[in-house]
Amino acid sequence: MAIEARNVTKRFGDFVALDDVSIAVESGSLTALLGPSGSGKSTLLRVIAGLETPDSGEVFISGHEATALAPQKRGVGFVFQHYAPFTHMTVWNNIAFGLTIRKRPKAEIGARVDELLELVQLKGLGKRYPAQLSGGQRQRMALARALAAEPEVLLLDEPFGALDARVRKELREWLLRLHDEMQVTTIFVTHDQEEALEVADAVVVMNNARVEQVAPPRELYDDPANPFVMSFVGPVNRIGEAWVRPRDIEITHEPTGPAREAQVERIVRLGFEVRVDLVRDDGERVHVQLTRNEAEVLELAPGDIVYVRTRRERVFSANGEPTRPVPA
Amino acid sequence: MIARYGSLAYLTAILVAPVSLIFWRAFEHGFHPFWAAISNPNAVHALKLTLEITVVVVPLNTAFGILCAVAIVRHRIPGMGLVNAFVDLPLALSPVVVGLALYLLYGRGGWFGDLGFQVLFALPAMVLATTFVSLPFVVREVVPVLREIGTQQEEAAATLGASSFTTFRRITFPAIRWAVAYGVVLTSARSLGEFGAVSIVSGGIAGRTQTLTQYVQASYENFDQTGAYAASVLLAALAVATLFLMTVVKRGDRSS
Repeated sequence: MAIEARNVTKRFGDFVALDDVSIAVESGSLTALLGPSGSGKSTLLRVIAGLETPDSGEVFISGHEATALAPQKRGVGFVFQHYAPFTHMTVWNNIAFGLTIRKRPKAEIGARVDELLELVQLKGLGKRYPAQLSGGQRQRMALARALAAEPEVLLLDEPFGALDARVRKELREWLLRLHDEMQVTTIFVTHDQEEALEVADAVVVMNNARVEQVAPPRELYDDPANPFVMSFVGPVNRIGEAWVRPRDIEITHEPTGPAREAQVERIVRLGFEVRVDLVRDDGERVHVQLTRNEAEVLELAPGDIVYVRTRRERVFSANGEPTRPVPA
Repeated sequence: MIARYGSLAYLTAILVAPVSLIFWRAFEHGFHPFWAAISNPNAVHALKLTLEITVVVVPLNTAFGILCAVAIVRHRIPGMGLVNAFVDLPLALSPVVVGLALYLLYGRGGWFGDLGFQVLFALPAMVLATTFVSLPFVVREVVPVLREIGTQQEEAAATLGASSFTTFRRITFPAIRWAVAYGVVLTSARSLGEFGAVSIVSGGIAGRTQTLTQYVQASYENFDQTGAYAASVLLAALAVATLFLMTVVKRGDRSS
């Protein structure tokens, strides 16, 4: 295990930010800490970096106990949500910072910084100041700065949070490639489930200062541990006691077996995806997700009477534990 | 319109007219009487003493001011709120009261009445009094800037391996340097012009413990009006020089 947190608790006054949290992150993996704001994910990242001291519990980095170790001594690279650029230094000096304070030879620093500038696609911008960079460029500068001293662990706090959708997507793919090349153990914090599912090997879902589930993305989506995870990692219908993904509801014009009658209320077309809102004859509202082809075949219009049938649903027991997925 | 002319009239009446009058009176009979008045040995000594006090006080209050601002903004030490409130005391308290307090503390029978060297009526007491009255300026300039820059750059430096001292030298200080410079200018201006507290603890002996402000008063009381006006012009010139420095600092601040 590259990083381990055992029974970590952290309070800020009366507010409990982390409540007996334990996670283990494998060497070389790319792990996402996913949760709504205030769930404790950023605090957990800061505890791992040594920027916060836990009230109780332990942190291990590369097998060594690091709970009381100063952030300077942890060998951790940290990228802040707003990048925290050193505003009075050039891009070049920002990236070189970790090496200059270690008093590495000038030639070595020069070579390493040039290499990193190339890696993060900022070649030729070394003489600029952070204020003269775009958001995405500043983000990559912060990443290069964190990587300069070759950390064992890379921690990113909402790395794409402050960027617009297109740049976000580009940077996400780029981070994935970079991680494959460098193989440095990476943890990133995000509140965007799509980002977590797309990029990470493992996802830690957090809510209310606790860990709800740790799983690979696919397992998280298909086999959520409780209603919170189920509803957080994707859209969901709650029909009586059952939880159903909008993809898992079938619409037909003819009644088949256990299908129920429903009336089409609204149709929203979002490129390839079509969302249909319906009201069942028992008054339950259901949302269905179709592909454009499926929708075209069905030729739905608001007001139509159709039949809906759930293909897959989940029932969670009172304590949140999942019972077997029920094929309807 | 009213705001513009109103404020101009106000400034003229309150500031420009009195200061111009001093200049006019000092040079009323030409440059020679003025020069004779300020090259008087007592005047020269007073100027030197004032500059000496300033040269000691400014570095003291700059170092303390930075430390104090960092402590107030960055460290959650219990009682720091009280320190924060106390820093403003010199602005609220009349300098005469400060002088009197020092007099009682270091005078015969005071807590520090016998330290083995002369404090009262000598340079140490004058430095203490001036340090007290000019204490808030660096703190007050640096605190808001430290708040504004936040802790993220410092945290980033720490995760990159920088010790607290390196972080201060390479990250924090460059970010607050213009605020420090501005505070230094204000501290200098306040030190040069200090009168109330110093006049109580210095003894005001001409040629020995008389500062420039005291020299002005003494000359005036002795009907040496030319001397008083000439020394005033000197003080005003020093003030103008610090004002000029302040503009330079402000320009530097904007460009960074």
